[in-house]
Parts: sequence; C-alpha cells; structure tokens
Amino acid sequence: MSTDAVRMSQWPSEQPYVIPVAPGPDVATVTIDGKEVQVPRGELLIKVAQDHGTYIPRFCWHERMKPVGMCRMCLVEVEGMRGLQISCATPVTDGMVVHTQSPGVKAAQDGVLEFLLVNHPLDCPVCDRGGECPLQDQTLAFGPGESRFVEEKRHFEKPIPISETVLLDRERCIQCGRCTRFASEIAGDALIHFGGRGSGTEVMTYPDEPFSSYFAGNTVQICPVGALTASPYRFRARPWDLDSVETSCQQCAVGCRGALESTSNRLVRLLGVDLDPVNQGWLCDRGRYAYEWVHSDARVVTPRLAREGGLAEATWPQALDAAAEALRRARDEHGPDAIGVLGGARGTNEDAYAWARLAKGVLRTDNVDAQLDDGLPAEVVLGLPRASIDDLDRAAAIVIVGSDPKETLPVLYLRIRAAAEAGVPVVDVSTHDNGCTPFAACSLRHRPGEVATPVAALAEVLGGRTTGSDADRLAALVADRDGPVVVVLGRPSLAEPATAAVHAAALLAAVPAVRFLPALHRGNVHGALDLGLAPGLLPGRVTLDAGRAHVGAVWGGVPAARGLDARGILAAAADGRIRTLVLLGCDPLTDFPDRPLVERALAAVGTVVVVGAFADAAGGHADVVLPTTVWGEQDGSGTNLEGRVQRLARKVTPGGAAMEAWRIAGELAARLGVDFDLELTAEVQDEIARVAPAFAGVDAAVLRRARDGVVLPLVDHADEIAWGPAPLGAGVSWEPIPAGADAEPVPADAEAAATPTGPPAPPVALWEWRGPAEPAPTVPVDAYALRVVAARTLYGADRAVLESPSLAAFAPRDAVLLVSRTDRDRIGVADGDRVRVTSARATVELPVVADARIPQGVAFLPANRAGAGIGDLVDPDAAVTDLRVETLR
Amino acid sequence: MAQETPVVTRFMRERPDDSWQFESARAYNAAYTRLERAFAMGPEAIVEAVQQSGLRGKGGAGFGTGQKWSFLPKGVFPRYLCINGDEGEPATFKDHMLTERDPHQLVEGAIITAYAIQANHAFIYLRGEFALGADRLQQAIDDAYAHGFLGKDIGGSGFDLELVLHRGAGCYIAGDETGLLSSLEGERAMPRIKPPFPAAQGLYAAPTVVNNIETISTIPWIIANGAEWYAGMGVNRSTGTRIFSVSGHVERPGNYEVELGMTFRELIEGLAGGVRDGKRMKFFIPGGASSPWLLPEHLDSPLDMDYAGSELRTMLGSGAITVFDETTDPLLVSWRLAKFYAHESCGKCTPCREGSSWIEKVLYRMVNGQGRPEDLDLLLSFGSNIVPGLNAPFAQTTICALGPSTMSHVVSLDRWFRDEIVARLERDTARRTSLEIVTVSAGADA
Amino acid sequence: MAFSGTERRRAEEIVARYPQSRSATLPLLFLVQDRDGWVTPQGIEDVADFLGLTPAVVLGTCSFYTMFKLSPVGKLVVSVCTNVSCLVNGGPQLHEHLRREYARSDDVFIEEVECLAACDRAPALQINYDFHGPLTGEQAVDLIERHRSGELTARTISGTATGGEV
Ligand SMILES: Cc1cc2nc3c(=O)[nH]c(=O)nc-3n(C[C@H](O)[C@H](O)[C@H](O)COP(=O)(O)O)c2cc1C
Ligand code: SF4
Ligand code: FES
Repeated sequence: MSTDAVRMSQWPSEQPYVIPVAPGPDVATVTIDGKEVQVPRGELLIKVAQDHGTYIPRFCWHERMKPVGMCRMCLVEVEGMRGLQISCATPVTDGMVVHTQSPGVKAAQDGVLEFLLVNHPLDCPVCDRGGECPLQDQTLAFGPGESRFVEEKRHFEKPIPISETVLLDRERCIQCGRCTRFASEIAGDALIHFGGRGSGTEVMTYPDEPFSSYFAGNTVQICPVGALTASPYRFRARPWDLDSVETSCQQCAVGCRGALESTSNRLVRLLGVDLDPVNQGWLCDRGRYAYEWVHSDARVVTPRLAREGGLAEATWPQALDAAAEALRRARDEHGPDAIGVLGGARGTNEDAYAWARLAKGVLRTDNVDAQLDDGLPAEVVLGLPRASIDDLDRAAAIVIVGSDPKETLPVLYLRIRAAAEAGVPVVDVSTHDNGCTPFAACSLRHRPGEVATPVAALAEVLGGRTTGSDADRLAALVADRDGPVVVVLGRPSLAEPATAAVHAAALLAAVPAVRFLPALHRGNVHGALDLGLAPGLLPGRVTLDAGRAHVGAVWGGVPAARGLDARGILAAAADGRIRTLVLLGCDPLTDFPDRPLVERALAAVGTVVVVGAFADAAGGHADVVLPTTVWGEQDGSGTNLEGRVQRLARKVTPGGAAMEAWRIAGELAARLGVDFDLELTAEVQDEIARVAPAFAGVDAAVLRRARDGVVLPLVDHADEIAWGPAPLGAGVSWEPIPAGADAEPVPADAEAAATPTGPPAPPVALWEWRGPAEPAPTVPVDAYALRVVAARTLYGADRAVLESPSLAAFAPRDAVLLVSRTDRDRIGVADGDRVRVTSARATVELPVVADARIPQGVAFLPANRAGAGIGDLVDPDAAVTDLRVETLR
Repeated sequence: MAQETPVVTRFMRERPDDSWQFESARAYNAAYTRLERAFAMGPEAIVEAVQQSGLRGKGGAGFGTGQKWSFLPKGVFPRYLCINGDEGEPATFKDHMLTERDPHQLVEGAIITAYAIQANHAFIYLRGEFALGADRLQQAIDDAYAHGFLGKDIGGSGFDLELVLHRGAGCYIAGDETGLLSSLEGERAMPRIKPPFPAAQGLYAAPTVVNNIETISTIPWIIANGAEWYAGMGVNRSTGTRIFSVSGHVERPGNYEVELGMTFRELIEGLAGGVRDGKRMKFFIPGGASSPWLLPEHLDSPLDMDYAGSELRTMLGSGAITVFDETTDPLLVSWRLAKFYAHESCGKCTPCREGSSWIEKVLYRMVNGQGRPEDLDLLLSFGSNIVPGLNAPFAQTTICALGPSTMSHVVSLDRWFRDEIVARLERDTARRTSLEIVTVSAGADA
Repeated sequence: MAFSGTERRRAEEIVARYPQSRSATLPLLFLVQDRDGWVTPQGIEDVADFLGLTPAVVLGTCSFYTMFKLSPVGKLVVSVCTNVSCLVNGGPQLHEHLRREYARSDDVFIEEVECLAACDRAPALQINYDFHGPLTGEQAVDLIERHRSGELTARTISGTATGGEV
C-alpha cells in the first residue's frame, strides 16, 4: 500500500478520495499501547497495529478495500486528538501515541457490540458462521452478559437466495458494507447494494436481477457474520470440524491461492488466501466451488480394460501391463512416431515432467501436446518475455489482445481492473465488447481473423514510430508513464488458426518495453508446456536441439526430430499413422475444437489409453483406463501464467485405487525397461530442478519454503522470494487469510541454505522467440455472411462445471449463436429462435440471440457448449469462417 | 422594546408582493449591483472582508465563513460552491422563506461567493419539498442568465459561473455537508468520514465550499456596506444579525431577524409575543431540534453562539426556537424528536443506526405508560456510547453530528425533568403491576 | 426500453448540468416518477440504463429518499407534519383525521412527515408539495377536495409545477 496517501471509499461513492497525509519523513515512529514501532508514514493505524501484533477489532475495514469507517468498532484513542478516532481511516504520523485498550476505547467497543446485537438474531447454533464469527467471538470475549434491549428486534424474511449460490439473511446483517463495496469497488458488478435507510437499511439486489457475479462468493467469505452464506457450504460443516490446507486453485492458469477445507474426507470449502502477488485474497466462483467435482460419481477410481461388451474393472498390474504393451507394440512395430500423447494441462508439474520423460525419454516420441489446438504455439508462449501479474500495477499500459480475461482468467481480470482503477490505461483489442471494455481507456476493434491489423498500428505507437490523431490519443495514454507495457495475449478465436495472434505477438515483441502474460486458460497448461509437453520442446523452456545433450544425459536420449502438435496427432491418428494414443487428463471430444476430426481419429487409432479421472473420456473408444488422483488428492506443484511455481496440496484421500499420473508414468517406464527411481513428489521436484533448465534451483526445499512460490527462472526472480510463513493475522476466514499460514516454520538460515551461492543459472540457454511470423491472409468480407468468433465463457459444458452441482446450475450447456441486434433483425427472428447456419463445411441448426456486445457482421459462438457448434462449422485450415444464416421454414 | 434589524429580510418586507421577481429586485433592491464592487475588489479582498466581518455560518455549526473559504488548497481547480438549502432541522424555516421571497439576493450572494473562491460551477441544493421555492429560484437563475449575471464573462469581469439548482428528494441527512455532497453526486446521502474535508476533497473529490443559504444571502450586504458595518453589529464573536425561527406555543410565530446579543426574552416575549393564551412557559428548544433544551430561567441570556455553548451547554444551532407551555409533556416531545432521528439516521454508523431506533422504542414505551423506572438511566447509559460524556458540546462516536443529536433531548430530560419523569415511570410501573394483579385474580375467579 | 423522444432530450439536458452524469440520478427519478405516477421498475431501469448504472444502485439511491414513491400513491400526496411545533399545535390530530377520511382513497395518499419548515403555520401540510396551514381537519378536507375536483391546480406528485402562479 502506498505510504503517501490512502485511497478510501466514500461509500458508496466511486470518487477517488484520498485521506490526506501530512508531509514528513517516510518512516514514522508510533507508540501503540506503550510499544514504540517504526512504520511507513501514512499507513493506516489499524494495519500498522496489526502488523505489529496489536489486533484492533473491526467489522467494516478490509485490507483489500478502501476504508469507509462505518462500523465504528475500531475506535482508538490518539493522544492530542479530541474524542476517539477510527483507526481504519487514520493514517499514522510521526510521534503518534495510540491507546487501543484504554477504558474509553473499551467502553466504545462494548457500546458498538451492544448496538450491533440489538437487532442481531441469536441463532448462532444454526448459523454457518458460528464458530468463526468475529461478532460472536468479540461478544464472548468482551460483550455484555445480558441484553438490555427488551424491544422487538427487526424482522426480515429468513435467508433469501440472491443468486444460485448466495443466500442473504438480512436479520444477521450488521451493515458493514463489505459485500456492497466488494461488488462495486473490486468486482465492478454493483448488483448488491444498500437500500432503505437508518435502522431499515438492508442489503438488497434488484428484484429482477440476481447477484450473478462471477465473484459473488468473495462476499460470502468477507461477510463478518452469517448474513451471506454460500448454498454449497450451507450446513455442511462446523468450523471446528474442518481441516484446512493451503493450495492453489487449478481451474484456470491464474493459480489463486486458497485454503482447501475438508471434513470426513470430503472437500467442503475453498477460501481465498491473500497472496499479494497473485489473487490478493479473491477467488472466482468457478474456482471456489469446483472442488465439488472431486467427489463426482462419474469419477473412475479403479483401472479398466476393454473387454467384450465394454470396459471392465481390472487390477493395476493388468491395466499397466496392457498399457505398456500397447505402447511397446506401437513403438517396436511402427516406430516412436506411432505414439501420441495428448493433454497434461490439468495435472501437476510432476505429472507433466514424468510424462514428458516417459514419452520423450523412454518412448522417444515427440508427438506430445498439452494444448488441444485452443491456445497458442508453445514456442511462442515460452519464448516471449514474460510479465508478472504485479507488473500490471506498475505498467505504463495494459494491452489485452485476443482474450477476455473476465471469462477465462477471472482473477486476472480483477487485477487488471484494479490497475485500471489506479490509473493504468487499458487498451482492449478485440472483435467485440468484452469484460474489460467498460474500464478500457481505449478499445480497438477488428474483424475476426485480423487482430494483427490494430496491433500493428498499436505497436507503431508504442514504439513511438508514428503520429496521427488516433495514435496521439493512444500515445498520450502511455506518455509520462514508466514501466513495462503488459500485453495479455490470447487466442482471439477458436474459429481461426493462431496465425494472426502469432503475427500480433511478433509485432508487439519487437517493442522494447513489452512483456507478455499469455492468456492460456487451462489450470496447469504453463506447467505442462514448461515441462516439455509440447512438440519440439524439452522440460525447462528449451528446444529439443538445445536441450538434447543436457536432458538426454539424464534421460538416456530424446526424440530425434520435432513431432506433431495436437491437430497433427489427431490427423495422423485418423490416417492410421498413430497406433497408440494416450489421453492424459483430457478428452479431445470436448477439449478439441474440431470434433469431427477427433471422432475419426478415435475410431481409427489402435489403442486409446486414458490416464485420467473419467472413464468415459474418448467416448466409447478407451481401451485402457488408468485412474488418476486429481487436484485436492495429490501433492505437488503447479505453474501459473506468470511462471510462478506454487505448491499444491493433498487434502483428501481418493476413494478406490487412483494413482498420481507421475507414478503411473514411472510404472509404465519400468515396464518398458527404464527405472525412474522416483518415489516421492519431492524427488520428482528435485529431478526437475536438475534436468529442466528454467527450473534450475527450484528444488523441493525451495518450493517448501518459498511462501508465495517461485517465479521462473529463479535467477531473475530470486530476490522476490518471500521466505517462510507470513506473520499470522487473526486467523479467521473473513479476514484475508495470510499466505503460508500453514507452512512449516523456516529455519533461520533457510534462505542461505536454499541458495548457498545465489540461485544457479540455467545450464542451457532458455528459448527465446522473436518472430518472425507471417501475416495472416485477409479474406474479403461477404456482405451477406457473418464472420465467426468462437471463445470460451467461464461457465459452459466443461467437465469441472458439469460435475460440480453448484456450478452446473450456472452452465448454459447448449450451443447458441450471438449476433448484433441489427443482424438478428435482419435475419428476421426473435431471440431464441432456431435458424439454419451454413458454413463452407456444414449446415447446422442453432438458436440465435441478440447481444449488445457483438458488432454487426460478427457471430459469436461460445466454444464450450454441447451439441452442434464450432467443431462442425469451422474449417480449421481456413483463415476465417463465414456463416450464412437463414430462417427455418 | 425589542427591535428587529432586517438585513437579509429587509427587501422581502418592503415588497411582500413581488420581492422574488427580477424587475422588482432590480428596481427596488438594486439586485446584482454589488457584483461590480465585488469584481473590483478581487477574490482575495472579498475573502479578507468576509473574514473581517466575523460572519459565521448560519447552517448550524457557526464556523467562520471567511476562514472556511481560506482553507481551499491553493492552485487546485476546479473548485465547487455548494449552497446548503436542505433546511431539515425541525422548527427551522428561514431558508424556506429566503428562497421563496428573495431568490435574487441568494443568486447574487452565490455569484460573489463563487467568484471569491474561484469556482466556476455552483450548486444550490434545495430541500425537495420546497416546490414553490424551487420554481422561484429557478426563475431567478433563468433571469440572471438572461441578463448576463450568470454564464460566461459575467458583467465583463471575465468570470464565468454556471449555477445549478438541485432539488433534494426528502431526507434530513442531505443537510450535513458531506451528506449533501453524496446526494449531489447522485447517491444515498451518506455523510463521509473526515478528513478529507470538503475544502480539500469535496464534490467529485475537488475542493469545495459548503455554505448555508442565509450565510450566502448575507454576502452581498457585507460587500455593499463593508466588513466593519457587519462586524459592528452583534456581540462578542457573534457578529451581525441572524434570523430566528420562533414557533410552538407563542403568540406570533415567525422569522425574526435580530442583532445577535439580544436576549431570548426580548426575542420570544418581545417580538414573538410570548407564550400564548396566558400560559406559562415550561421549556424551550433554543437552536433547532439538535440543541439541548433550556428553561424559562435562561430567558435573559444573550443570543450569543459562544455563550450558549460554554455557559448554557447548548447551542444556537440553526436559529430555531421552539417554545412549549406548561401543559406540554416533555416526554412526548422527546419521543417525537427521537422518532425524527430514527427516521432520518442514514444508517451508516452503528451507534447512530441502532441507537436512534432503540432510543425511539424506549421513549415510545415511556410515553405510553409502559416505562420502567430504570428506563431513563438505560437511555443515558447506552446513549453515552453515542455521546461519550453526555455533555455539550457533544463528543461523538459517529461520523456526523446526527449521532449525538439523537441524545440531546434525552440529556435535556435528564437535566431538567428527571424527578418528574422518574416519578411518572414509577407510577406507571405500579399501575401496570396492580392491573396485572387485577387481571390475574379476575382470571382466578372465573 | 430506455428514454426516447422529448423525454430523452429532457434527460440529456438534465445530465448536461452536471460535471458527472451520476449527479442526475435524483432529477431523473423525479422525471420518471412524474411520467409513471410513481417510481416504477421501468422507471428505475430507464434511469439506470441512461446513466450506465445498475438498477440495484439506482434503487438503492431511490429508496433512501422519501419523496420517491416505490408504489402507487394516486394523484395527490398530502404530507402532514407532526414534528414538534406541529405536534403541540394539533398536527397528529390533523394527520389522523385525514388518514381516516382518505383511508380507502386510491387517488389521495396521506402521509405523516417530518418538519416541513412551515412551523409558523402549524399545523402545516403540503398537497403535492404546496404548503398550507394552519388548518383544521375540515379545512384540510375541503382543500384536498378542491384539488381533487380540479378547482385548484395541483403540482405533480414530485412537486413539479403544472401551471399557475410562480
Ligand atoms: C445532520 C445535520 C443536518 C444539517 N442540516 C443542515 C441544513 O439543513 N442546512 C444547513 O445549512 N446546514 C445543515 N447542517 C450543517 C452543515 O453540515 C454545514 O455545517 C453547513 O451547511 C455549513 O454552512 P454554514 O457554514 O454557512 O453554516 C447540518 C448538519 C448536520 C450534522
Ligand atoms: S451519525 Fe448517523 S446520520 Fe450521521 S453518518 Fe452516522 S449514521 Fe449517518
Ligand atoms: S473498521 Fe473502522 S469503522 Fe469499521
């Protein structure tokens, strides 16, 4: 937090008010209850006190939001100031003498508690917050024994659902405004607000509009009482029965830190942990509730083998033997290239490494791809200069190209939004209005397939090579701002090849200040790519050729030449050139855009080995199913989009006989004659640190002690590491949970021990990519057609969503075509009417709906939907896909 | 014989039938002629003169007007002037009159003030219920625009001013200066934590001055007659005149503009004709509902803002005096005021939100014969968590002064009528108990 | 649906008065209240739409102020003051009288209000924000009836003038 001034919320105002701080030295000496401490001048008293071990009770103040000063619980006595001051809005000044325990302060706190209890029901025994409720705690600790309030309490209808997952009990509400402030200040979804006034003030949503924010769950977490509860957790557990471990969410590549909680071997809750450089305490609702799928009935937990009439249960040795045999036969009879491995982006780094070693080191196939033709080429992703998430706050500008972070990387969206609020100009380059448009300083629109056009102009401006009115306006936005230009780079559309995006990347990469955050979304896709699950690459961000000697020395060899990517693998399978196909935690039927190709491939391939959590991956084509443990059941590490490696923790024991994917790789390798000699997760981590150049120095010991994880490569980020557990805060969940709260204590010399002579440099130079890339061809516009954009939405027919009951409720499952109002009217149909849609490839029927964000001439197809859709319509080799739309008659 | 000293009320008395009209104000009140002089003086000299005059805010707090203006941070623009015409303080009805009867005086004051503080945008936040006032003020603003007194380059001075009339929509807390700013920004009229003060970060986070309508209406006369003239009236640090709204059980309720320093007796008995129907006074509220009450024995005290605070432990507040005769039930008055505060608390601060309605509920029982002997002490006890010390000038645990105001009448009950009330509560309790016995034994008989 | 035609122009004019559009919330709510007879959900949504706010925020603001009626009130809003000066001059009795008189009326809405700043005329009331007082119950009923019959011109229920003297 800035030490000069504290931005505060004049709730519910959005004005950028700043609590003025008197000039003076940067460090102030403050005496709190007789203890003298040195603190940054201007920091809020409540925070300073907390950081130095004095917890001042509070309800409305939240570390990640601007102070509003309404609950009046944090009153303290400051010598020389008349009356009591709210410590949540008082910046410290040099020489300040503060009393937080004086009789006057105590009386005021007791008074506030008594007032809060006047209208608060005494239903703690049936309240989800009971046991972790600051109101309850403080009442027990300091409160009056018996209520002096003999009048009738305020009554409201007991919990009313305000969204699919949030329940509101207005009787319990203490009007702290945390939820309403979160919604407007942090999430930008002011859908929950105060209504009425005085003692009739109540939290409300607009009657016809539910609190359907992707971030609604955060309000439940920060509600200091049980006014907001989450229906997925309701009555599931009592806090004292919960067991908790810190881990990172793997629902997208942001990797938000969370406290995963279980009772009786069932996951029941994920709470955001305040990791300063990543999620700052927040989670999106998909991440918050997706733990549910871990307990899905559709999970497979015993190995299966194809027999007459379908898959039958088998023993591990039987299944492993069968899989190993299929791999060996393919290799021995048809060569390494007859094996393909798809997936790996949903596992841990250890899984990815072991599978890369099995595929590339043992089987010697380079037909390996963790991406399913829905991202960007791995060489580009790994070879671009990488930004950190924190760079957003200090950026000269943020440029969003080809992605809608709100849909695919929700908490990154929150970080971008916060940076924008703090004055960083955001340039949104897209085919249509998206989540970032409302706060973008500048929105550049382009036709589908032509993202490089505006980017070329932008790169000129950023490179200071052009002038002109638009350019001047843009240049003015970034002028006088130091810091990197952070480009959030994604694949603009699944209905076009990555060519245009790659060209755009090349153009931007040529600008010196530009750094990238690749907007690939799948949980550990970055870990998988970093560890070599991509054609042409070896673990640690090196190419086959560059790493051949170093990696080959440990592995005994690596593939001879670059193999196929996912599309190539599936095409080869369809042609009969791939004999054994491994699906590593993925299902191309839902994950790969071109479904007809997948169907042909699966039908043609000899053996399909499913290494995953669902037996029905690959439809009815699986021959061997090797059940894996999943997130929450397995220790390890994951890598987020900035290259931060964080520990993942096991919280529950899988039922049945599921095994870690890395162990399965080891078992298969053993059957193929290679002993990996890896028994423990830590051993895999140590081997990664030794073998994978980008991971040099990132061994198990460092990972265990680095509180916020480690950003790759360690040489460049060693001084950012925060060693050991964070100072413990109040330890209640409605406060931001400090990161690393459950980590082991750090020995005094941990830092020195971990890096005795500074972090090791990578043994092999890391791969760098600077283009060149070919410009994508532009295709003339057909005035009678709509050009397709296909992209993911947060909720869709994704497995994790469908198998999590709380999320399934949000998921629009069926395909739909979103068009501008004008185009819908031109077609002559009403919203929801089915139309006949014809592309060069196919004709399908789809419902059409008008959407104000879509420009004329564009048709938006949400990609993760069941039924007919992009897989049928889009020709993957065409630069763009145009659709003719007709009414059904 | 007590006399009025009409300054801001002079013209409306002289021309009761058309004082609000442009032509009349121009012809008979030389409206807008003070502008020229103001422009000639320049901004600093005006601020200086207003400081010299000793003019203090007439909205309630009595803060030095020129001093408030001088707090604006140098060189920070834009700045805003917001004129407070929310007039919600019970029993106050002077701004209502000033708006309806002499809107040009207000507009002229607004122009001079805006010029003095170098604001090019000014707002008059008028209480929503003042419909006729809004019409007349809007007409006055339109006329001023039409004659070049508002808009660009006023009177060739190079000074531009946009003046906007903004109607409130029914809430007392919009009268608090930061509540007013929230409301003017289109939000719930929630007061804001201070600092930052409006002078530094007010409307739209820009430097802002908030002044009462009567304060602003006085400005043209200080420009016209000079600071010495104004400072020469009044008493001690309470210079000049003030309008007192006198109502309740008096013979001639109304607004009286008098020189400060006059006594309550001269005002209430001399000008307002004293308690009507030959009754005697039981108590009076000296400065709007938020001020602690006084007794007939205080009638000879001077109308002096500082004296009221230091010697009488009350305040002249908004200048509203409400007189109650000997037949009045002080508990009833207290409950009605409690109801007002409970209704008008914005709900932001816990002590005010919960405390105000608790106070109302207890007083309601007390007025209706359901009180318990300990109830008065209960009120004082939890009330002291809103007003630590319970002693005027009030300390507060809340953001704005509405919080402590909820207790001022309770403090008054305790100060002046404690014995009477406790005796009554005991009687009520005894009666209830005996009623209970009767009911129970009647039930046993049946 | 959103504003259109003259209504839209009027709304644009209002917004133009303020450095930030959100300041137009209160005047626009008066506008839709006059249009619809009360602040209807449509009105809230129109204002929200025009100002780029969520309906929840507009409703939150609207529900803070007593002059906005969130349910139908008929043609005349009669506001009777019962605060202290009126209290001791018969305000509550006047309110009670009118409440009974118009208990079943659909077009006259009797409400008890806080001090109207007309204490010199206690007991005072307003009929669509025009002041009257002091009044007896009978006088008040008579006045209301004259407004009801059209003999006297009333403002709108937001207090907007509909003609007559200014
Ligand atoms: C609850 C509350 C209500 C207030 N109501 C009014 C009011 O209706 N009119 C007014 O001028 N000042 C009112 N004030 C005082 C203002 O906050 C502010 O002090 C005043 O407008 C400043 O103007 P002045 O310096 O000219 O007096 C109120 C204050 C509080 C705390
Ligand atoms: S004291 Fe009362 S009215 Fe004032 S801000 Fe606090 S809650 Fe609102
Ligand atoms: S925490 Fe400071 S007022 Fe609520």
